[in-house]
Amino acid sequence: MKLHRVNALVQRHLFLYRRSLPRLMEIFYWPFLDLVVWGFITVYLMKFQGQMPGVVTFFLGALILWDVLFRAQQGITISFLEEIWARNLMNLFASPLTPGEFLTATMVLSVFKVTAVACVMAVCALVFYDYNVFMIGLSLVPFVFNLIIAGWIIGVLTTSIIMRFGQEAEVLAWGMVFLFQPISCVFYPIEILPKWLQAIAWGNPAAHIFEGMRLVLTTSAFPGEHLVWATGLNVLYFALIVGWFHYTFNVCKEQGLLVRVGE
Amino acid sequence: MPAPIVEVKDLTKRFGEFTAVDGIAFDVQPGEILGLLGPNGAGKTTTIQMLLGLITPTAGSIRMFGLDLTTHREQILQQVNFSSTYISMPYSLTVEENLWVVAKLYGMADVRRRIDEVLKKVEMEDSRTKVTRRLSSGQMTRLALAKAFLTEPKVLLLDEPTASLDPDIAHKIRALLKEVRRSSGLSILYTSHNMREMEEMSDRIIFLQKGRIVAQGTAQEITQRFGQRDLEDVFLKLARES
Repeated sequence: MKLHRVNALVQRHLFLYRRSLPRLMEIFYWPFLDLVVWGFITVYLMKFQGQMPGVVTFFLGALILWDVLFRAQQGITISFLEEIWARNLMNLFASPLTPGEFLTATMVLSVFKVTAVACVMAVCALVFYDYNVFMIGLSLVPFVFNLIIAGWIIGVLTTSIIMRFGQEAEVLAWGMVFLFQPISCVFYPIEILPKWLQAIAWGNPAAHIFEGMRLVLTTSAFPGEHLVWATGLNVLYFALIVGWFHYTFNVCKEQGLLVRVGE
Repeated sequence: MPAPIVEVKDLTKRFGEFTAVDGIAFDVQPGEILGLLGPNGAGKTTTIQMLLGLITPTAGSIRMFGLDLTTHREQILQQVNFSSTYISMPYSLTVEENLWVVAKLYGMADVRRRIDEVLKKVEMEDSRTKVTRRLSSGQMTRLALAKAFLTEPKVLLLDEPTASLDPDIAHKIRALLKEVRRSSGLSILYTSHNMREMEEMSDRIIFLQKGRIVAQGTAQEITQRFGQRDLEDVFLKLARES
C-alpha cells in the first residue's frame, strides 16, 4: 500500500468537488431537504408526544444516522462512477495503483463526505428544530464508526456489481442501500418485523446500530451487546466484501470488462 | 545485442469462442520503436491492454525489464505509460490538476517542474489552468501524450496517438516522439492506421491479422516480401484477403 497513490486519488476527487455545483449539492442540498421533510413529519408527530415519547430524537436522530450510512456507501460507489464517467479507469489501473489502494482512497473520500453531510444535518437540525444529535451522548461515536463501515460494505458490493455488469447497473449506486433499509430498522424497532425477517435483520450490522441507538434513548444504558454484534458482523462482512471485490476485479480483467466498463 | 526490454511469448487472449490474440511472440529492444499494424479487430489494442495489465492473458507470458508482469505488476507499471485516442482524462479538472494527479500516482518528485517541461514539449503552456472539458480534441490528445511523457517512462505504449490531430500537430508529435526516444532511450510500441506514419516512425513493424502475426520486419522488408509498392498496399492486400 503506497500512501502517495491513495493521496493522489483522494486529491483528484477533491479537485472535482471544488468546482462542481452538482457534487456539492450532494453534500448540502439533498441532506438538507431530507431533514426538512422529516423534520416537519416529526413536528407533526410531536402532537402525539404523550403516546410516543422521544419522537423527535427517534426520527431526526435516525435520519441523520441513516444519512451517515447512505453517504458512506455513496462515497465509494460514486467515486467509482466518476472514474467511469470520466473514462479514467484505464488511466488509473494501467498505473501502479492497486485495487486495494483504489478502495482505500474511496473510503477516505467517503469519510470526508460523511463528515460534511453529518455536520450540515446536525447544524440544520439544531437551527431549525432545536435538536442536538450529540445529546445521544458519547455512545454515538462507536455506532457512527460502525455505520460508516456498514456503508462501505454496501458501497464495495455495489461497486463490484457495476464493475461486473457495466453502466447498466449504475442505478444501483442510488438504489442498493435501500434494499437494506427495511432490515436496518432505521425508523422502527426490530420486533415490528415478521419473525422470519427479524432473523435476517439480526444478521445486518445496521439493525444492531439502530436498535442500540433506540436503547440509548429509552434507557440511557450503553448497548454493549449491540455494539459487539455490529462490530463483529462488520469485520466479517468487510473481509468478505474486500475479497469479493478483488475476485470481481480479476474476473473483469480476464473477461476484458475493465476496459469496457464505461461503454 | 542488449536484453529486450519487452518480451512477449505465446501470448493468447480468448473471449469465449473468439480468439482476439493468438499465440503471438515479439520483443522490443531498448530505444526501439516497434509498430503494431493491422486492420480493425486484428488484436492490436487487446495486445496493448494486456501489456498494461488491464486484460489478463489466457496463455503466454509478458516480461518487461526482465520481470514477469503477473508477479511484478507495480514495479513494471511504474516504468511504463501509455496514450490512447480511446481514453480521456477527467473533464472537470484543469490540465495542471490532471497532470498533478498522474505525477502523484507514480510517486514523482519535483512535480511542478516536470509539468512545466511536458506542457512545453506538447506546446500547451497556455492551457495549464484550462479546464479539460474546454480543450479541443487535438489539445486533448496532446494532454494524453503529456500525461504519458510526464512520468519519464522507459516503455511507452501508444494506441493511435495522432488519430485526432491535424497534420501539423501530428507532425510535431512524431518529431517529439523521435526526439524523446533519441534523448532518453525510450522504447515505444506504436499502433496507427496511418501507413506513412508507421513507415516514418517504426524501426520494425509487426503486422497482425485475426490475432496472429502475419509479417514482421522493417517497412521495406515487409513491402518487398509481399511484392507491393508500399505499406498501404500491403495493408490493403492482407485486409482484403482475410
